[in-house]
Amino acid sequence: MSELYGEVQKLKERYPDWHSATLPALQLAQEKHGHLSPEALRECADALGTTPAVCKAVASFYDLLHLAPVGRHMVEVCTNVSCALVGAQQVLEAFEGELGISAGETTPDGTVTLRPIECLGGCGWATIVSVDHHYRTHVKPDDVAGIVQELRDGD
Amino acid sequence: MATELVLGGAAERDLTKLAEYEAGGGYGALARARAMTPQAVIDELVASELRGRGGAFFPTGRKWTFIPKPDQNPNPHYLVVNADESEPGSFKDNEIMARVPHRFIEGCLITAHAVESAHVFIYIRGEYTGPYEVLIAALDELGSREDILGGVAIVVHRGAGAYICGEETALLESLEGKRGQPRTKPPYPAIQGLYASPTVVNNVETMATVPPIIELGGAEYAKLGVPDSRGTRVVSISGHVEHPGNYEIENGTSVRELVYGLGGGITGGRGLKAVIPGGSSTVILRYDEIDVGYDFNSLLALKTAMGSAGVVVLDDRCCMVQLGIRISEFYEHESCGKCTPCREGTRWMTQILRRLEAGDAEQHELDLLLDVCDRINGKCLCPLGETAAIAVASYVDKFRSEFQAHIDEAGCPFGDSSPLHNVLAPVALHTHSPVATVPA
Repeated sequence: MSELYGEVQKLKERYPDWHSATLPALQLAQEKHGHLSPEALRECADALGTTPAVCKAVASFYDLLHLAPVGRHMVEVCTNVSCALVGAQQVLEAFEGELGISAGETTPDGTVTLRPIECLGGCGWATIVSVDHHYRTHVKPDDVAGIVQELRDGD
Repeated sequence: MATELVLGGAAERDLTKLAEYEAGGGYGALARARAMTPQAVIDELVASELRGRGGAFFPTGRKWTFIPKPDQNPNPHYLVVNADESEPGSFKDNEIMARVPHRFIEGCLITAHAVESAHVFIYIRGEYTGPYEVLIAALDELGSREDILGGVAIVVHRGAGAYICGEETALLESLEGKRGQPRTKPPYPAIQGLYASPTVVNNVETMATVPPIIELGGAEYAKLGVPDSRGTRVVSISGHVEHPGNYEIENGTSVRELVYGLGGGITGGRGLKAVIPGGSSTVILRYDEIDVGYDFNSLLALKTAMGSAGVVVLDDRCCMVQLGIRISEFYEHESCGKCTPCREGTRWMTQILRRLEAGDAEQHELDLLLDVCDRINGKCLCPLGETAAIAVASYVDKFRSEFQAHIDEAGCPFGDSSPLHNVLAPVALHTHSPVATVPA
Protein backbone atom coordinates (compact mmCIF):
# COMPACT_ATOMS: atom_id res chain seq x y z
CA MET A 1 0.00 0.00 0.00
CA SER A 2 1.50 3.33 -1.04
CA GLU A 3 2.06 6.23 1.27
CA LEU A 4 -0.34 8.29 -0.85
CA TYR A 5 -3.07 5.72 -0.27
CA GLY A 6 -2.97 6.23 3.48
CA GLU A 7 -2.93 10.03 3.21
CA VAL A 8 -5.85 10.05 0.80
CA GLN A 9 -7.91 7.90 3.18
CA LYS A 10 -7.38 10.60 5.83
CA LEU A 11 -8.42 13.28 3.34
CA LYS A 12 -11.61 11.40 2.55
CA GLU A 13 -12.54 11.38 6.23
CA ARG A 14 -12.55 15.19 6.27
CA TYR A 15 -15.57 15.32 3.98
CA PRO A 16 -19.13 14.00 4.21
CA ASP A 17 -18.68 12.73 0.64
CA TRP A 18 -15.37 11.22 -0.51
CA HIS A 19 -15.59 12.91 -3.94
CA SER A 20 -14.57 16.15 -2.25
CA ALA A 21 -11.15 14.62 -1.58
CA THR A 22 -10.44 14.50 -5.32
CA LEU A 23 -8.70 17.88 -5.65
CA PRO A 24 -6.63 17.52 -2.45
CA ALA A 25 -5.66 13.99 -3.52
CA LEU A 26 -4.56 15.23 -6.94
CA GLN A 27 -2.55 17.99 -5.25
CA LEU A 28 -0.83 15.40 -3.05
CA ALA A 29 -0.12 13.11 -5.98
CA GLN A 30 1.39 16.02 -7.88
CA GLU A 31 3.60 16.94 -4.93
CA LYS A 32 4.86 13.39 -4.80
CA HIS A 33 5.36 12.79 -8.52
CA GLY A 34 6.23 16.31 -9.72
CA HIS A 35 3.41 16.22 -12.22
CA LEU A 36 0.30 14.13 -12.82
CA SER A 37 1.82 11.42 -14.97
CA PRO A 38 -0.31 8.41 -15.98
CA GLU A 39 1.23 6.55 -13.01
CA ALA A 40 0.38 9.40 -10.63
CA LEU A 41 -3.21 9.51 -11.90
CA ARG A 42 -3.48 5.72 -11.50
CA GLU A 43 -2.17 5.86 -7.93
CA CYS A 44 -4.50 8.74 -7.09
CA ALA A 45 -7.49 6.96 -8.62
CA ASP A 46 -6.74 3.74 -6.70
CA ALA A 47 -6.52 5.67 -3.46
CA LEU A 48 -9.78 7.48 -4.11
CA GLY A 49 -11.59 4.42 -5.42
CA THR A 50 -12.28 5.87 -8.84
CA THR A 51 -10.76 5.69 -12.33
CA PRO A 52 -7.71 7.47 -13.75
CA ALA A 53 -10.01 8.95 -16.40
CA VAL A 54 -12.06 10.73 -13.74
CA CYS A 55 -8.90 12.06 -12.16
CA LYS A 56 -7.55 13.29 -15.49
CA ALA A 57 -10.87 14.90 -16.42
CA VAL A 58 -10.81 16.89 -13.20
CA ALA A 59 -7.10 17.69 -13.26
CA SER A 60 -7.19 19.01 -16.82
CA PHE A 61 -9.55 21.78 -15.75
CA TYR A 62 -7.19 23.42 -13.27
CA ASP A 63 -4.18 25.64 -13.96
CA LEU A 64 -2.16 24.53 -10.96
CA LEU A 65 -2.36 20.84 -11.85
CA HIS A 66 0.15 19.73 -14.46
CA LEU A 67 -0.41 16.80 -16.80
CA ALA A 68 3.00 17.29 -18.44
CA PRO A 69 6.38 17.41 -16.69
CA VAL A 70 7.43 20.71 -15.13
CA GLY A 71 10.69 21.90 -13.60
CA ARG A 72 11.61 21.28 -9.98
CA HIS A 73 10.96 24.96 -9.39
CA MET A 74 8.00 26.93 -10.69
CA VAL A 75 8.25 30.64 -11.45
CA GLU A 76 4.92 32.28 -12.27
CA VAL A 77 4.78 35.96 -13.20
CA CYS A 78 1.41 37.67 -12.95
CA THR A 79 0.82 39.60 -16.15
CA ASN A 80 -2.72 40.74 -15.47
CA VAL A 81 -3.60 44.44 -15.69
CA SER A 82 -2.45 45.77 -12.31
CA CYS A 83 0.93 44.04 -12.54
CA ALA A 84 1.28 44.84 -16.25
CA LEU A 85 0.72 48.54 -15.53
CA VAL A 86 3.85 48.65 -13.41
CA GLY A 87 6.08 46.51 -15.61
CA ALA A 88 5.23 42.80 -15.26
CA GLN A 89 6.14 42.15 -18.90
CA GLN A 90 9.65 43.48 -18.28
CA VAL A 91 9.94 41.18 -15.25
CA LEU A 92 8.81 38.21 -17.33
CA GLU A 93 11.34 39.11 -20.04
CA ALA A 94 14.09 39.45 -17.45
CA PHE A 95 13.35 35.88 -16.30
CA GLU A 96 13.44 34.72 -19.92
CA GLY A 97 16.84 36.32 -20.37
CA GLU A 98 18.26 35.04 -17.08
CA LEU A 99 16.99 31.50 -17.62
CA GLY A 100 17.64 31.41 -21.36
CA ILE A 101 14.16 30.11 -22.15
CA SER A 102 10.85 31.52 -23.37
CA ALA A 103 7.83 31.87 -21.13
CA GLY A 104 5.98 28.58 -21.00
CA GLU A 105 9.19 26.55 -21.17
CA THR A 106 11.38 24.61 -18.74
CA THR A 107 15.16 24.94 -18.57
CA PRO A 108 16.87 22.01 -20.34
CA ASP A 109 18.29 20.79 -17.01
CA GLY A 110 14.76 20.58 -15.61
CA THR A 111 15.41 23.13 -12.88
CA VAL A 112 12.90 25.89 -13.57
CA THR A 113 9.60 26.25 -15.39
CA LEU A 114 8.67 29.84 -16.25
CA ARG A 115 5.18 30.94 -17.15
CA PRO A 116 2.90 33.98 -17.08
CA ILE A 117 -0.12 33.52 -14.84
CA GLU A 118 -3.45 35.26 -14.39
CA CYS A 119 -4.14 37.63 -11.50
CA LEU A 120 -2.57 36.31 -8.29
CA GLY A 121 -4.53 38.67 -6.03
CA GLY A 122 -1.66 40.87 -4.93
CA CYS A 123 -2.38 43.82 -7.23
CA GLY A 124 -1.29 46.50 -4.78
CA TRP A 125 2.10 44.85 -4.32
CA ALA A 126 2.84 44.47 -8.03
CA THR A 127 4.65 42.89 -9.73
CA ILE A 128 3.77 39.60 -8.05
CA VAL A 129 5.90 36.58 -8.86
CA SER A 130 4.94 33.25 -7.36
CA VAL A 131 8.14 31.29 -6.75
CA ASP A 132 7.39 27.70 -5.77
CA HIS A 133 3.91 28.86 -4.75
CA HIS A 134 5.09 31.62 -2.42
CA TYR A 135 4.61 35.23 -3.45
CA ARG A 136 7.43 37.67 -4.04
CA THR A 137 6.06 41.20 -4.02
CA HIS A 138 7.19 44.42 -5.72
CA VAL A 139 9.45 42.43 -8.05
CA LYS A 140 11.48 44.54 -10.49
CA PRO A 141 13.57 43.31 -13.42
CA ASP A 142 16.68 43.99 -11.31
CA ASP A 143 15.52 41.43 -8.71
CA VAL A 144 15.32 38.61 -11.21
CA ALA A 145 18.97 37.53 -11.28
CA GLY A 146 18.93 37.15 -7.49
CA ILE A 147 15.77 35.02 -7.50
CA VAL A 148 17.16 32.73 -10.19
CA GLN A 149 20.46 32.40 -8.31
CA GLU A 150 18.53 31.47 -5.18
CA LEU A 151 16.76 28.68 -7.03
CA ARG A 152 19.99 27.36 -8.53
CA ASP A 153 21.78 27.50 -5.16
CA GLY A 154 18.94 25.73 -3.41
CA ASP A 155 19.01 22.84 -5.85
CA MET B 1 -10.96 55.43 6.96
CA ALA B 2 -11.36 56.44 10.51
CA THR B 3 -13.71 53.52 11.00
CA GLU B 4 -11.91 50.25 10.73
CA LEU B 5 -14.20 47.37 11.57
CA VAL B 6 -12.85 44.54 9.47
CA LEU B 7 -9.14 45.34 9.71
CA GLY B 8 -9.46 47.19 13.02
CA GLY B 9 -6.72 46.54 15.57
CA ALA B 10 -4.45 44.77 13.11
CA ALA B 11 -2.05 47.71 13.00
CA GLU B 12 -1.58 47.68 16.79
CA ARG B 13 -1.64 43.96 17.57
CA ASP B 14 -0.65 40.73 15.86
CA LEU B 15 -4.19 39.51 15.41
CA THR B 16 -3.06 36.29 13.79
CA LYS B 17 -2.37 35.12 17.37
CA LEU B 18 -5.36 33.84 19.30
CA ALA B 19 -4.21 35.36 22.60
CA GLU B 20 -3.81 38.80 21.04
CA TYR B 21 -7.18 38.58 19.36
CA GLU B 22 -8.89 37.51 22.57
CA ALA B 23 -7.08 40.22 24.56
CA GLY B 24 -8.75 42.77 22.28
CA GLY B 25 -12.17 41.30 22.95
CA GLY B 26 -12.03 38.74 20.17
CA TYR B 27 -14.63 35.96 20.12
CA GLY B 28 -16.82 38.12 22.38
CA ALA B 29 -19.29 38.61 19.53
CA LEU B 30 -19.47 34.85 19.08
CA ALA B 31 -20.40 34.35 22.72
CA ARG B 32 -23.02 37.05 22.43
CA ALA B 33 -24.43 35.53 19.23
CA ARG B 34 -24.63 32.07 20.75
CA ALA B 35 -26.66 33.51 23.61
CA MET B 36 -29.15 34.67 20.98
CA THR B 37 -31.48 32.47 18.94
CA PRO B 38 -30.39 31.87 15.32
CA GLN B 39 -33.35 33.98 14.19
CA ALA B 40 -32.27 36.87 16.40
CA VAL B 41 -28.80 36.79 14.83
CA ILE B 42 -30.35 36.84 11.37
CA ASP B 43 -32.52 39.77 12.45
CA GLU B 44 -29.41 41.73 13.48
CA LEU B 45 -27.87 41.08 10.08
CA VAL B 46 -31.05 42.17 8.32
CA ALA B 47 -31.07 45.33 10.45
CA SER B 48 -27.42 46.03 9.57
CA GLU B 49 -28.34 46.07 5.85
CA LEU B 50 -25.04 44.33 5.15
CA ARG B 51 -24.73 43.30 1.52
CA GLY B 52 -22.36 40.64 0.26
CA ARG B 53 -18.79 41.79 -0.28
CA GLY B 54 -17.92 39.22 -2.94
CA GLY B 55 -19.30 41.27 -5.79
CA ALA B 56 -23.00 40.53 -6.21
CA PHE B 57 -23.94 42.75 -3.25
CA PHE B 58 -26.85 40.53 -2.19
CA PRO B 59 -28.30 41.32 1.27
CA THR B 60 -26.55 38.88 3.63
CA GLY B 61 -29.29 38.63 6.22
CA ARG B 62 -31.88 37.91 3.56
CA LYS B 63 -29.67 35.21 2.04
CA TRP B 64 -29.57 33.50 5.43
CA THR B 65 -33.37 33.58 5.72
CA PHE B 66 -33.58 31.45 2.56
CA ILE B 67 -31.94 28.53 4.37
CA PRO B 68 -34.70 26.14 5.44
CA LYS B 69 -34.97 25.39 9.14
CA PRO B 70 -33.72 21.94 10.19
CA ASP B 71 -37.30 20.72 10.64
CA GLN B 72 -38.10 21.78 7.07
CA ASN B 73 -35.14 19.99 5.52
CA PRO B 74 -33.49 17.11 7.37
CA ASN B 75 -30.25 17.26 5.35
CA PRO B 76 -27.22 18.82 7.05
CA HIS B 77 -26.84 22.55 6.47
CA TYR B 78 -23.53 23.84 5.17
CA LEU B 79 -21.70 27.13 5.29
CA VAL B 80 -19.30 27.48 2.38
CA VAL B 81 -17.00 30.48 2.41
CA ASN B 82 -15.88 31.81 -0.94
CA ALA B 83 -12.18 32.61 -0.47
CA ASP B 84 -11.46 32.12 -4.16
CA GLU B 85 -10.71 35.81 -4.69
CA SER B 86 -9.41 35.96 -8.26
CA GLU B 87 -10.89 39.10 -9.76
CA PRO B 88 -8.15 41.16 -11.38
CA GLY B 89 -7.72 44.23 -9.17
CA SER B 90 -9.01 42.65 -5.94
CA PHE B 91 -6.68 41.55 -3.18
CA LYS B 92 -8.66 42.44 -0.05
CA ASP B 93 -9.60 38.92 1.05
CA ASN B 94 -5.94 37.99 0.80
CA GLU B 95 -5.07 40.66 3.37
CA ILE B 96 -8.12 39.99 5.57
CA MET B 97 -7.24 36.30 5.92
CA ALA B 98 -3.58 37.07 6.43
CA ARG B 99 -4.06 39.79 9.05
CA VAL B 100 -7.35 39.10 10.86
CA PRO B 101 -7.86 35.34 10.46
CA HIS B 102 -9.60 35.00 13.82
CA ARG B 103 -12.13 37.74 13.08
CA PHE B 104 -12.87 35.93 9.83
CA ILE B 105 -13.22 32.58 11.63
CA GLU B 106 -15.37 34.19 14.31
CA GLY B 107 -17.68 35.47 11.57
CA CYS B 108 -17.88 31.97 10.12
CA LEU B 109 -18.82 30.51 13.50
CA ILE B 110 -21.49 33.17 14.09
CA THR B 111 -22.91 32.49 10.63
CA ALA B 112 -22.87 28.73 11.27
CA HIS B 113 -24.94 29.39 14.40
CA ALA B 114 -27.37 31.60 12.48
CA VAL B 115 -28.03 29.05 9.75
CA GLU B 116 -27.79 26.10 12.15
CA SER B 117 -24.84 24.45 10.48
CA ALA B 118 -22.09 22.33 12.01
CA HIS B 119 -19.95 22.20 8.86
CA VAL B 120 -17.94 25.09 7.47
CA PHE B 121 -15.93 24.75 4.28
CA ILE B 122 -13.52 27.52 3.38
CA TYR B 123 -12.72 27.28 -0.33
CA ILE B 124 -9.48 29.21 -0.74
CA ARG B 125 -7.80 29.69 -4.10
CA GLY B 126 -4.82 27.41 -4.57
CA GLU B 127 -2.41 30.27 -5.22
CA TYR B 128 -2.98 31.77 -1.76
CA THR B 129 -0.33 29.76 0.06
CA GLY B 130 0.37 32.63 2.47
CA PRO B 131 -3.20 33.20 3.73
CA TYR B 132 -3.76 29.42 3.73
CA GLU B 133 -0.86 28.90 6.11
CA VAL B 134 -2.12 31.70 8.38
CA LEU B 135 -5.61 30.16 8.46
CA ILE B 136 -4.27 26.68 9.23
CA ALA B 137 -2.12 28.09 12.05
CA ALA B 138 -5.14 29.95 13.45
CA LEU B 139 -7.29 26.82 13.31
CA ASP B 140 -4.52 24.79 14.94
CA GLU B 141 -4.49 27.28 17.80
CA LEU B 142 -8.24 26.82 18.13
CA GLY B 143 -7.85 23.05 18.02
CA SER B 144 -8.66 22.38 21.66
CA ARG B 145 -10.91 25.37 22.24
CA GLU B 146 -14.26 23.64 22.16
CA ASP B 147 -15.72 26.72 23.91
CA ILE B 148 -15.06 28.61 20.69
CA LEU B 149 -15.55 25.93 18.05
CA GLY B 150 -18.77 24.69 19.68
CA GLY B 151 -18.84 21.44 17.75
CA VAL B 152 -18.49 23.12 14.36
CA ALA B 153 -16.01 21.48 11.98
CA ILE B 154 -14.05 23.91 9.80
CA VAL B 155 -12.34 22.47 6.73
CA VAL B 156 -10.04 24.59 4.58
CA HIS B 157 -10.23 23.35 0.99
CA ARG B 158 -7.66 24.56 -1.52
CA GLY B 159 -8.62 25.33 -5.10
CA ALA B 160 -6.27 24.57 -7.95
CA GLY B 161 -6.28 27.62 -10.20
CA ALA B 162 -9.59 28.55 -11.82
CA TYR B 163 -11.18 32.00 -11.73
CA ILE B 164 -14.59 30.51 -12.46
CA CYS B 165 -14.60 28.76 -9.08
CA GLY B 166 -15.36 32.15 -7.55
CA GLU B 167 -18.84 31.75 -9.06
CA GLU B 168 -20.77 30.08 -6.28
CA THR B 169 -22.20 27.09 -8.12
CA ALA B 170 -18.89 26.42 -9.90
CA LEU B 171 -17.27 26.59 -6.48
CA LEU B 172 -19.67 23.97 -5.16
CA GLU B 173 -18.97 21.71 -8.15
CA SER B 174 -15.25 22.09 -7.52
CA LEU B 175 -15.71 21.39 -3.81
CA GLU B 176 -17.56 18.23 -4.78
CA GLY B 177 -14.45 17.11 -6.66
CA LYS B 178 -15.51 18.00 -10.18
CA ARG B 179 -14.48 20.41 -12.92
CA GLY B 180 -15.53 23.87 -11.80
CA GLN B 181 -18.38 24.55 -14.18
CA PRO B 182 -21.43 26.57 -13.09
CA ARG B 183 -24.77 24.89 -12.49
CA THR B 184 -28.12 26.05 -13.74
CA LYS B 185 -30.06 28.09 -11.20
CA PRO B 186 -32.58 27.42 -9.74
CA PRO B 187 -32.26 25.48 -7.56
CA TYR B 188 -30.23 28.02 -5.63
CA PRO B 189 -27.59 26.87 -3.15
CA ALA B 190 -29.83 27.82 -0.23
CA ILE B 191 -32.11 24.95 -1.24
CA GLN B 192 -29.73 22.57 -3.03
CA GLY B 193 -26.11 23.56 -2.65
CA LEU B 194 -23.27 21.38 -1.44
CA TYR B 195 -24.19 17.69 -1.68
CA ALA B 196 -27.69 18.83 -2.70
CA SER B 197 -28.22 20.20 0.82
CA PRO B 198 -29.11 23.69 2.04
CA THR B 199 -25.97 25.80 1.73
CA VAL B 200 -25.14 29.41 2.36
CA VAL B 201 -22.21 30.73 0.34
CA ASN B 202 -20.59 33.92 1.66
CA ASN B 203 -17.47 35.92 0.88
CA VAL B 204 -14.48 36.31 3.23
CA GLU B 205 -15.00 40.03 3.90
CA THR B 206 -18.70 39.44 4.53
CA MET B 207 -17.74 36.89 7.19
CA ALA B 208 -15.19 39.23 8.76
CA THR B 209 -17.84 41.97 8.95
CA VAL B 210 -20.26 39.81 10.94
CA PRO B 211 -18.49 40.03 14.34
CA PRO B 212 -18.39 43.86 14.36
CA ILE B 213 -22.08 43.90 13.42
CA ILE B 214 -22.95 41.70 16.38
CA GLU B 215 -20.75 43.85 18.65
CA LEU B 216 -22.23 47.14 17.46
CA GLY B 217 -25.75 45.91 16.84
CA GLY B 218 -27.25 45.91 13.37
CA ALA B 219 -28.94 49.29 13.70
CA GLU B 220 -25.72 50.96 14.81
CA TYR B 221 -23.76 49.45 11.92
CA ALA B 222 -26.41 50.70 9.51
CA LYS B 223 -25.64 54.27 10.57
CA LEU B 224 -22.33 54.02 8.72
CA GLY B 225 -22.22 54.53 4.98
CA VAL B 226 -25.02 55.72 2.73
CA PRO B 227 -28.47 54.34 1.83
CA ASP B 228 -28.30 50.89 0.19
CA SER B 229 -24.55 50.72 0.93
CA ARG B 230 -24.16 50.54 4.68
CA GLY B 231 -21.05 50.13 6.73
CA THR B 232 -17.46 49.89 5.61
CA ARG B 233 -15.73 48.27 2.71
CA VAL B 234 -12.16 47.13 2.22
CA VAL B 235 -11.11 48.62 -1.09
CA SER B 236 -8.12 47.38 -3.07
CA ILE B 237 -6.35 50.20 -4.89
CA SER B 238 -3.75 49.33 -7.51
CA GLY B 239 -2.20 50.47 -10.77
CA HIS B 240 -0.76 53.92 -11.31
CA VAL B 241 -1.09 55.40 -7.83
CA GLU B 242 1.62 56.43 -5.39
CA HIS B 243 0.25 54.36 -2.50
CA PRO B 244 -1.45 51.20 -3.71
CA GLY B 245 -2.92 48.92 -1.05
CA ASN B 246 -6.04 47.89 0.83
CA TYR B 247 -7.98 50.60 2.63
CA GLU B 248 -11.08 50.21 4.75
CA ILE B 249 -13.41 53.06 3.88
CA GLU B 250 -16.92 54.06 4.78
CA ASN B 251 -19.21 53.36 1.82
CA GLY B 252 -19.94 56.54 -0.10
CA THR B 253 -16.39 57.93 -0.02
CA SER B 254 -15.71 59.52 -3.42
CA VAL B 255 -13.68 57.75 -6.09
CA ARG B 256 -11.56 60.90 -6.33
CA GLU B 257 -10.67 60.47 -2.66
CA LEU B 258 -9.66 56.85 -3.32
CA VAL B 259 -7.37 57.85 -6.18
CA TYR B 260 -5.94 61.15 -4.97
CA GLY B 261 -6.40 60.87 -1.20
CA LEU B 262 -5.77 57.32 -0.06
CA GLY B 263 -4.01 56.31 -3.26
CA GLY B 264 -1.77 59.37 -3.07
CA GLY B 265 -2.44 60.49 -6.65
CA ILE B 266 -1.08 59.31 -9.97
CA THR B 267 2.46 57.94 -10.02
CA GLY B 268 5.01 60.44 -11.20
CA GLY B 269 2.43 63.23 -11.25
CA ARG B 270 1.07 62.06 -14.60
CA GLY B 271 -2.52 62.58 -15.74
CA LEU B 272 -5.38 60.24 -14.93
CA LYS B 273 -7.00 58.47 -17.85
CA ALA B 274 -9.45 56.01 -16.35
CA VAL B 275 -10.43 54.06 -13.26
CA ILE B 276 -11.74 50.51 -13.17
CA PRO B 277 -13.96 50.79 -10.10
CA GLY B 278 -14.76 47.26 -8.98
CA GLY B 279 -12.42 44.74 -10.52
CA SER B 280 -11.97 43.86 -14.19
CA SER B 281 -15.64 42.91 -14.56
CA THR B 282 -16.98 46.42 -14.13
CA VAL B 283 -17.71 49.30 -16.52
CA ILE B 284 -14.74 51.69 -16.64
CA LEU B 285 -14.89 55.28 -15.39
CA ARG B 286 -13.33 58.06 -17.46
CA TYR B 287 -11.03 60.59 -15.78
CA ASP B 288 -13.92 63.08 -15.66
CA GLU B 289 -16.29 60.64 -13.94
CA ILE B 290 -14.51 60.17 -10.62
CA ASP B 291 -16.46 62.72 -8.59
CA VAL B 292 -18.85 59.99 -7.65
CA GLY B 293 -19.52 58.21 -4.38
CA TYR B 294 -18.08 54.74 -3.97
CA ASP B 295 -21.42 53.13 -3.23
CA PHE B 296 -24.03 51.04 -4.99
CA ASN B 297 -26.49 53.73 -6.06
CA SER B 298 -23.96 56.37 -7.11
CA LEU B 299 -22.04 53.92 -9.28
CA LEU B 300 -25.24 52.40 -10.65
CA ALA B 301 -26.16 55.84 -11.96
CA LEU B 302 -23.00 55.56 -14.10
CA LYS B 303 -23.99 52.00 -15.05
CA THR B 304 -21.14 50.52 -13.08
CA ALA B 305 -20.60 48.85 -9.71
CA MET B 306 -18.37 48.31 -6.70
CA GLY B 307 -18.07 44.64 -7.66
CA SER B 308 -15.33 43.12 -5.57
CA ALA B 309 -13.87 46.56 -4.76
CA GLY B 310 -10.79 46.34 -6.95
CA VAL B 311 -9.97 49.89 -7.97
CA VAL B 312 -7.44 49.93 -10.82
CA VAL B 313 -6.04 53.31 -11.80
CA LEU B 314 -4.70 53.92 -15.31
CA ASP B 315 -2.59 56.90 -16.29
CA ASP B 316 -2.71 58.82 -19.56
CA ARG B 317 -0.14 56.64 -21.33
CA CYS B 318 -2.46 53.62 -21.43
CA CYS B 319 -3.99 52.39 -24.66
CA MET B 320 -7.59 51.29 -24.21
CA VAL B 321 -7.38 48.75 -27.03
CA GLN B 322 -4.43 47.13 -25.29
CA LEU B 323 -6.42 47.13 -22.05
CA GLY B 324 -9.27 45.47 -23.92
CA ILE B 325 -6.95 42.79 -25.26
CA ARG B 326 -5.52 41.94 -21.86
CA ILE B 327 -8.94 41.83 -20.18
CA SER B 328 -10.49 39.84 -23.02
CA GLU B 329 -7.57 37.38 -22.94
CA PHE B 330 -8.14 36.89 -19.23
CA TYR B 331 -11.78 35.92 -19.68
CA GLU B 332 -10.97 33.82 -22.71
CA HIS B 333 -8.49 31.89 -20.57
CA GLU B 334 -10.87 31.54 -17.64
CA SER B 335 -14.03 30.66 -19.58
CA CYS B 336 -15.00 27.18 -18.41
CA GLY B 337 -16.28 26.29 -21.87
CA LYS B 338 -19.77 25.23 -20.85
CA CYS B 339 -21.73 27.97 -22.64
CA THR B 340 -20.90 28.62 -26.30
CA PRO B 341 -21.40 32.43 -26.34
CA CYS B 342 -18.77 32.86 -23.62
CA ARG B 343 -16.33 30.20 -24.83
CA GLU B 344 -16.34 31.39 -28.46
CA GLY B 345 -17.28 35.02 -27.91
CA THR B 346 -14.38 35.90 -25.62
CA ARG B 347 -12.00 34.42 -28.20
CA TRP B 348 -13.58 36.44 -31.00
CA MET B 349 -13.35 39.58 -28.90
CA THR B 350 -9.62 39.01 -28.45
CA GLN B 351 -9.14 38.40 -32.17
CA ILE B 352 -10.94 41.59 -33.21
CA LEU B 353 -9.12 43.65 -30.60
CA ARG B 354 -5.79 42.24 -31.80
CA ARG B 355 -6.64 43.21 -35.38
CA LEU B 356 -7.48 46.72 -34.19
CA GLU B 357 -4.20 47.00 -32.31
CA ALA B 358 -2.21 45.73 -35.30
CA GLY B 359 -3.95 48.16 -37.63
CA ASP B 360 -5.53 45.36 -39.66
CA ALA B 361 -9.14 46.05 -38.70
CA GLU B 362 -11.67 47.50 -41.10
CA GLN B 363 -14.36 49.97 -40.09
CA HIS B 364 -17.13 47.41 -39.71
CA GLU B 365 -15.10 45.38 -37.22
CA LEU B 366 -15.63 47.93 -34.48
CA ASP B 367 -19.37 47.31 -34.76
CA LEU B 368 -18.68 43.60 -35.05
CA LEU B 369 -16.84 43.75 -31.73
CA LEU B 370 -19.84 45.38 -30.05
CA ASP B 371 -22.12 42.88 -31.77
CA VAL B 372 -20.11 39.97 -30.35
CA CYS B 373 -20.34 41.56 -26.89
CA ASP B 374 -24.06 41.90 -27.35
CA ARG B 375 -24.40 38.24 -28.29
CA ILE B 376 -22.68 37.11 -25.10
CA ASN B 377 -24.73 39.32 -22.78
CA GLY B 378 -27.51 37.51 -20.97
CA LYS B 379 -27.02 34.28 -22.90
CA CYS B 380 -24.89 32.27 -20.49
CA LEU B 381 -25.38 30.40 -17.23
CA CYS B 382 -23.05 32.61 -15.23
CA PRO B 383 -21.77 36.18 -15.48
CA LEU B 384 -18.20 35.40 -16.63
CA GLY B 385 -18.60 36.04 -20.34
CA GLU B 386 -21.12 38.75 -19.72
CA THR B 387 -18.78 40.78 -17.56
CA ALA B 388 -16.02 40.45 -20.18
CA ALA B 389 -18.43 41.81 -22.77
CA ILE B 390 -19.70 44.62 -20.57
CA ALA B 391 -16.20 45.72 -19.59
CA VAL B 392 -14.79 45.74 -23.12
CA ALA B 393 -17.90 47.38 -24.58
CA SER B 394 -17.48 50.13 -21.99
CA TYR B 395 -13.93 50.83 -23.20
CA VAL B 396 -15.30 51.30 -26.72
CA ASP B 397 -18.20 53.37 -25.46
CA LYS B 398 -16.08 55.75 -23.38
CA PHE B 399 -13.00 55.91 -25.61
CA ARG B 400 -14.58 55.53 -29.02
CA SER B 401 -12.31 58.05 -30.71
CA GLU B 402 -9.28 56.11 -29.54
CA PHE B 403 -10.62 52.89 -31.05
CA GLN B 404 -11.45 54.81 -34.23
CA ALA B 405 -7.90 56.15 -34.36
CA HIS B 406 -6.58 52.58 -34.50
CA ILE B 407 -8.55 52.15 -37.74
CA ASP B 408 -7.87 55.58 -39.22
CA GLU B 409 -4.14 55.48 -38.49
CA ALA B 410 -3.90 51.77 -39.34
CA GLY B 411 -2.27 51.01 -36.02
CA CYS B 412 -1.87 51.92 -32.37
CA PRO B 413 -1.26 55.61 -31.66
CA PHE B 414 0.36 54.64 -28.34
CA GLY B 415 2.47 51.63 -29.32
CA ASP B 416 5.12 50.69 -26.80
CA SER B 417 4.77 53.92 -24.84
CA SER B 418 1.72 52.32 -23.25
CA PRO B 419 2.60 50.00 -20.34
CA LEU B 420 0.08 47.45 -21.60
CA HIS B 421 1.93 47.02 -24.90
CA ASN B 422 2.62 43.39 -25.86
CA VAL B 423 1.90 41.85 -22.48
CA LEU B 424 2.07 38.07 -22.63
CA ALA B 425 -1.12 36.51 -21.28
CA PRO B 426 -1.34 32.82 -20.33
CA VAL B 427 -3.96 32.19 -23.00
CA ALA B 428 -1.48 33.19 -25.70
CA LEU B 429 0.48 30.03 -24.87
CA HIS B 430 -2.52 27.82 -25.54
CA THR B 431 -2.75 25.93 -28.78
CA HIS B 432 -5.88 26.94 -30.64
CA SER B 433 -7.20 25.59 -33.88
CA PRO B 434 -5.39 27.67 -36.51
CA VAL B 435 -8.44 27.75 -38.77
CA ALA B 436 -11.01 28.98 -36.26
CA THR B 437 -11.53 32.69 -36.86
CA VAL B 438 -14.32 35.14 -36.32
CA PRO B 439 -17.10 34.63 -38.87
CA ALA B 440 -17.55 37.75 -40.99
